[in-house]
Amino acid sequence: MSELIWLIPLLPLIGFIVNGLGRNAFSKGMIGALGSAVVLISFICSCILFSEVYQSRQAGQAGVIEQHLFDWISVGHLKISLSFLVDPLSAIMLLIVTGIGFLIHIYSIGYMHHDSGFGKFFAYLNLFIFFMLLLVLGSNYLVMFIGWEGVGLCSYLLIGFWYKNTSYANAAKKAFVMNRIGDLGFLLAVFLILGTFGSLEFSTVFAGAKNFAVGDIAVVSITILLFIAATGKSAQIPLFTWLPDAMAGPTPVSALIHAATMVTAGIYMIARSNVLFVLSPITLQLISIIAICTALLAAAIAITQNDIKKVLAYSTVSQLGYMFLGLGVGAFTGAFFHVLTHAFFKALLFLGAGSVIHGMSNEQDMRKMGGLKKAMPITYVTMLIGTIAIAGIPPFSGFFSKDEILANAFAANPLLWGFGFLGALMTAFYMFRMLFMTFSGSFRGTDEQKHHLHESPKSMTIPLMVLAVLSVIGGAINLPGALGGNHWLENFLAPVFAEGKALIPAAHYLEHSTEYMLMAVSVVGVLIMVGLAYNVYVKRKQIPAGDEAPRGFLANLSYHKFYVDELYDAVVVRPINWLSTFFGQVVDQRGIDGIVNGAGKATFDTGKVLRLLQNGNVGFYLLMMVIGVIAIFVYGFLSL
Amino acid sequence: METVVQQLQGVSINHYLIFCTIIFAIGVIGVLIRRNVIIIMMSIELMLNAVNLLLAAFSVQHGDSSGQVFVFFIMALAAAEVAVGLAIIIMVYRNTKSVDIDSLNKLRW
Repeated sequence: MSELIWLIPLLPLIGFIVNGLGRNAFSKGMIGALGSAVVLISFICSCILFSEVYQSRQAGQAGVIEQHLFDWISVGHLKISLSFLVDPLSAIMLLIVTGIGFLIHIYSIGYMHHDSGFGKFFAYLNLFIFFMLLLVLGSNYLVMFIGWEGVGLCSYLLIGFWYKNTSYANAAKKAFVMNRIGDLGFLLAVFLILGTFGSLEFSTVFAGAKNFAVGDIAVVSITILLFIAATGKSAQIPLFTWLPDAMAGPTPVSALIHAATMVTAGIYMIARSNVLFVLSPITLQLISIIAICTALLAAAIAITQNDIKKVLAYSTVSQLGYMFLGLGVGAFTGAFFHVLTHAFFKALLFLGAGSVIHGMSNEQDMRKMGGLKKAMPITYVTMLIGTIAIAGIPPFSGFFSKDEILANAFAANPLLWGFGFLGALMTAFYMFRMLFMTFSGSFRGTDEQKHHLHESPKSMTIPLMVLAVLSVIGGAINLPGALGGNHWLENFLAPVFAEGKALIPAAHYLEHSTEYMLMAVSVVGVLIMVGLAYNVYVKRKQIPAGDEAPRGFLANLSYHKFYVDELYDAVVVRPINWLSTFFGQVVDQRGIDGIVNGAGKATFDTGKVLRLLQNGNVGFYLLMMVIGVIAIFVYGFLSL
Repeated sequence: METVVQQLQGVSINHYLIFCTIIFAIGVIGVLIRRNVIIIMMSIELMLNAVNLLLAAFSVQHGDSSGQVFVFFIMALAAAEVAVGLAIIIMVYRNTKSVDIDSLNKLRW
């Protein structure tokens, strides 16, 4: 199997080409079956690969499989190959991408059934899977960069899937532009890595990194640039505002790209480059600060949002902040563990939200929902599981991963833990607020919506159930030692992080008693917040006011997303628009056009005057000729 | 023959120059002030022949026959030019019933 790694990304690419070309010719059933089948086969291949890596790890080896396909660029000393690397880290990512990708393909067959762009949608989804697999599998930074750019492109295409709606098309543009800012950081980092290490291969770079002292300026610059790239792709401050807008895309896209896979690419990349990041403590501190700010800001915004997908989007930004917090405090396993569990429960929540939107005939405003519990039991139960998981109530998966990050944050700096804990409280509150507003109480929509209300088809509910099961048991793969677990994931990933861990000056260990106390505090806090949400939204049946209603200062800030978009608009967008208008209307129209048109006009006017010489009078011509000859003689005589 | 050559050589070159200049100027003035195309062509012949005469005079002066060779070329050229020119004038006359160059002012802006 290890010789056939190339099959894993190739299959979705074939799916993209076939579905893309035949999108108008094939039937919907065939497109859906083909699109899902290629991802399923990729998933099966990934499972086989994973088992090989697993057996290798069981045997005490590093579990690394490399496949060199061909030399791509070979100039002088510079050799860049197209090669794939499967190690414990990428093996798990492969499973997430293809596994959840497959479930979402199945779900999309039901969700997109009525859409006229069905074939196009599946082609784009397959293309996304291809690029994501390239990103994960690449064994050097350049292949990773291709995937990195490619997923950004697919994200753009899918956010703007309903491009006829101008605001959706603008959201797509915004996502693309903000991602490009981050991508520039990645590109610069690639150049710097090439200049510093002379190679882009992970193995060479990480081996070369050992020769650098901690805090070396080259490594610091590389890591900061890589982190800028990650803030773009993984929606951290200051480049996070595209992700909530990205909810303009179809819901399966939000689940796959903007929750489970693409947005975790930044975490994957930093975890992959952990050796470099450990060498730069300043960058790690920067990551921690940005991460905790993002987590708190996004959570605070999510509390007052009324669009069900917006709540989930801000929740994603907030959870990504937790993952970066894990990276920042050196808990690479914890961060990656959270990537894994978050992929389960956030995909589940988004697909559940999609199911609700589908049942409500494209209604996304939670103020018009309520009481869906009876009409959509499967969606309700699965979303309840997802909400419990993300809120961090044991024994669901989110509890373990978030707890591991928070414990590590506590060991690094109790203040970080305090802020993280605050964010966790807000998470519990807004998630249960969303759940109660949607499913409890009485129905608040129109009669037509009530009449149409139905549980989603099997193709949509089955993925929900599978993801719900994963969200429940997902935490089991890395049970903490304090709870009698064996840190399976940490041991499995050990070789990937071994070099980085060795460089961390003093590893933090917490006493079990401290860990118990932290867990107890967070569980109690979360339960109180759930009770609070229950009290407000179920017992008192409080429904958020309309858009124009007066709000308190803090609520207003949160409702308007802290005016970040307005700030960017004023600081970046409008000056650039002004500059473009200036260049367009003044420099281009007056300056450039003036020169071009002026040249034409000058020729025209000169001709207008000079043509008067051609008066048709032969005598005049003769006179001119004689004068000319005399002039030549005079000139010749004078210049003698 | 020898005496003729000697007599000719006896005339100083200045006389030739002045004489030819006068004839050439008459030609130029004729071209400029006359309106009859045939007379203009005749004036052009005057200018050509003023030059021919001067070439011949210099040729004798320097004892170099290439000047006279030039004269023959110019005469051949002038014959051709007159043939073409007269043909044009005939055509003009057939169309306009006139040989006044002021009638030839159609080619203008």
